[in-house]
Amino acid sequence: MTNVLQRADRPAPAARAAGAGPAGRLARTPARRPWRQRLVPYVFVAVPVGLLLLFTYWPVLNMFWYSVTDWDGLDKTKNFVGLDNYAAALTEPDNLRVFYVSLYYFAAALVQMALALYFATVLSFKVRFRNMWKGILFFPYLINGVAVGMIFLNFVKPDGGLDTVLTALGLEGAIRQWTGDPALVNVTLASVSVWRYMGLNFVMFLGAIQSIPREMYEAAELDGANRWHELWLIILPSIRPIVGLQLILAISGALSVFEVPYVMTAGGNGSETFVIRTVWTAFSRNMVGLASAMAVVLLVAVLLVTWVQRRLVPERQVDIA
Amino acid sequence: MAPSGSRPARRRAALGVTSALVAASLLAACGGGSSADTDDQGTDVPHGTITHLTHVDPSTFDDFVAKFKEKYPEVEDVKIERLTDYATEAKTRMSTDDYGDVLGIPAGTNNDQLPDFFEPLGTREELSKTYRWLTKTYDGQVYGIADLGNAQGFLYNKKVWANAGITEFPTTPEEFLDDLQRIKDTQPDVIPFCTNYKDGWVIGAWEGYRGSVSHDPDYVNKLPEMDAPWSDGHDHEVMDGLLYDIVARGLIEPDPTTATYDETKIKIGAGEIATMGVGSWAVARAGKDIAKAGLDPDDLGYMPFPAQVDGTFYTVTGPDVTLAINKHSQNKVTARAWLDFLEEEGLSAAMGGLSPRLDGPVPEQLKDFADQVALFELAPAPVGKESLVNDISTASGIVLNDGKYRQQIIDDARSGARTKQQVFDDLNAAWAKGRAEVLG
Repeated sequence: MTNVLQRADRPAPAARAAGAGPAGRLARTPARRPWRQRLVPYVFVAVPVGLLLLFTYWPVLNMFWYSVTDWDGLDKTKNFVGLDNYAAALTEPDNLRVFYVSLYYFAAALVQMALALYFATVLSFKVRFRNMWKGILFFPYLINGVAVGMIFLNFVKPDGGLDTVLTALGLEGAIRQWTGDPALVNVTLASVSVWRYMGLNFVMFLGAIQSIPREMYEAAELDGANRWHELWLIILPSIRPIVGLQLILAISGALSVFEVPYVMTAGGNGSETFVIRTVWTAFSRNMVGLASAMAVVLLVAVLLVTWVQRRLVPERQVDIA
Repeated sequence: MAPSGSRPARRRAALGVTSALVAASLLAACGGGSSADTDDQGTDVPHGTITHLTHVDPSTFDDFVAKFKEKYPEVEDVKIERLTDYATEAKTRMSTDDYGDVLGIPAGTNNDQLPDFFEPLGTREELSKTYRWLTKTYDGQVYGIADLGNAQGFLYNKKVWANAGITEFPTTPEEFLDDLQRIKDTQPDVIPFCTNYKDGWVIGAWEGYRGSVSHDPDYVNKLPEMDAPWSDGHDHEVMDGLLYDIVARGLIEPDPTTATYDETKIKIGAGEIATMGVGSWAVARAGKDIAKAGLDPDDLGYMPFPAQVDGTFYTVTGPDVTLAINKHSQNKVTARAWLDFLEEEGLSAAMGGLSPRLDGPVPEQLKDFADQVALFELAPAPVGKESLVNDISTASGIVLNDGKYRQQIIDDARSGARTKQQVFDDLNAAWAKGRAEVLG
């Protein structure tokens, strides 16, 4: 038993060389090893890196190239137009208006974090059926976004699941057109988003909270702290980096919302997000060049937000990212 | 992430080279297939196997494939490949050489791009003796022939309209609105008009009414000269004005954002919806689904756009999907034979549409409609201006054939965010801007 464990603990040479281990460990290997043996790690690593280059970096490079052309997605020739597409992407009022929709998702993300923190705190203490609750809360995150959209499409449509539940509870008066009412549509969609992503926030918070040493609570309790004090004075300060990280994820997530509104309303009724508009520009308006520029703008915006976060929160504290 | 700076640079270089090699070999492997030239056009007899890309149920072609193989024994098979998101998938495949042998020209293909992708089928002069709707023409050469033709009018439930005491087709938009109101008053459970807002492709088909209002075959060709198509009673003002009014008067479904066409087509058969704006193809195709649902497809009727010129209804007919031959096809002889075979053996009739052949019959389901309405087709675009309307429509950001701008009209009419005149002013301004951009 011990033997097996020991062997399993020791990383295979390939795994070590694949970049996981510190550089110092490799330097200890004898310099006179045959070249074929030294090549082995690269052969292993070449496949994933090759696929990554082919299917991620190459298309991204292409996108940068498209973004400075007038390509319509079909033409054999792509004419260079300089930065015209970027000017259009940033000045067309319709392209900017959609960022306003992101505010709904950002507000929803704050609600989502509050909920996640609440559940994570409660479940980090002794609770009956703790693991079951954890499973239930995390489960929605495992469902594919398109499926989530389909589920809620049927749930919120007139006379759908939600209306049925409200009727059963005698709350007929509360029934609205959940996606048909222009004042409500983004709230509905953002709520679906909360339902879907809350589990991820929850798990991250839970992990951070559970890494707080038990003695802290015990010491605090001896000093007469109640649960509320523990939350404010122990838990929150300890998980501050995670809160910061979640906030950044919330911003970049709110900028790039796509699946749920695309499946549920296809951007209709004023629920269009920037990514939905980008897809429409590429495939319905047939302006792939402009759409690529919009995608680059979004990429830069997200990178910018990440950079700001790196400045605000020192790197070593967020290594779980 | 461990900092990469601590690793020897030499290793990173080696890594780069190896992966570049892998990538290159993968690319080479992909390219290898298409460069191999196995052209066997030496023979004129249809033979071998071809592939047909389509947007419809492949079983539609079962009989045709069987008969085709009977006629040409050397043909091994015609593979029918269905693409679910047809236009997007077909366009993606068209960036390679491998997009079947016969295929429908995807929406959004400009006429000036046709020679890059498709085989010329003959001159317009010559083919126009046999076929209608040769819209996919560039420089006098025809690149595609319609699978079937459509008239764009309104699908309605005969029983519901009759129950409201309406026996004649409405002749003006105002009368149409009054009739819908009458349906609402007499049968409160029925939705007088369903916009099919959720499905952009249905609402986008409203563009098909252009020309029918004014009975002007050159209406579309005049668009590039118009600075304000949404004014002066031009077709766009009339048809989009009707849409706005239907919505603003509350004659539509209560929540347009949820119902898909797959649901509404059954509802109109069941008499829960009175009217919808869809192409004439729907009479046959929705009829089939309605029959499957145990309802009577004979309840479906088709009426023209409510506008008359000198006491006559005129309705534009146009091609549904245009069949073309891949320029890179290895078996063009068979592809051409298959295309001609489909046209001659009546694919259009099998699909319940109008025939693209001048001598073709009107399908049974549309006889009633065709008896009361004069059908006509739009004049082809002048040589050299085949892509002009499309270019302006794209540059303006309106995108005429896409459902989005009409969804916006419905949004505004429901919420009252913009009046009808404001909607038209904005559209006119966008159109003028697009025109200025394209025409310089």
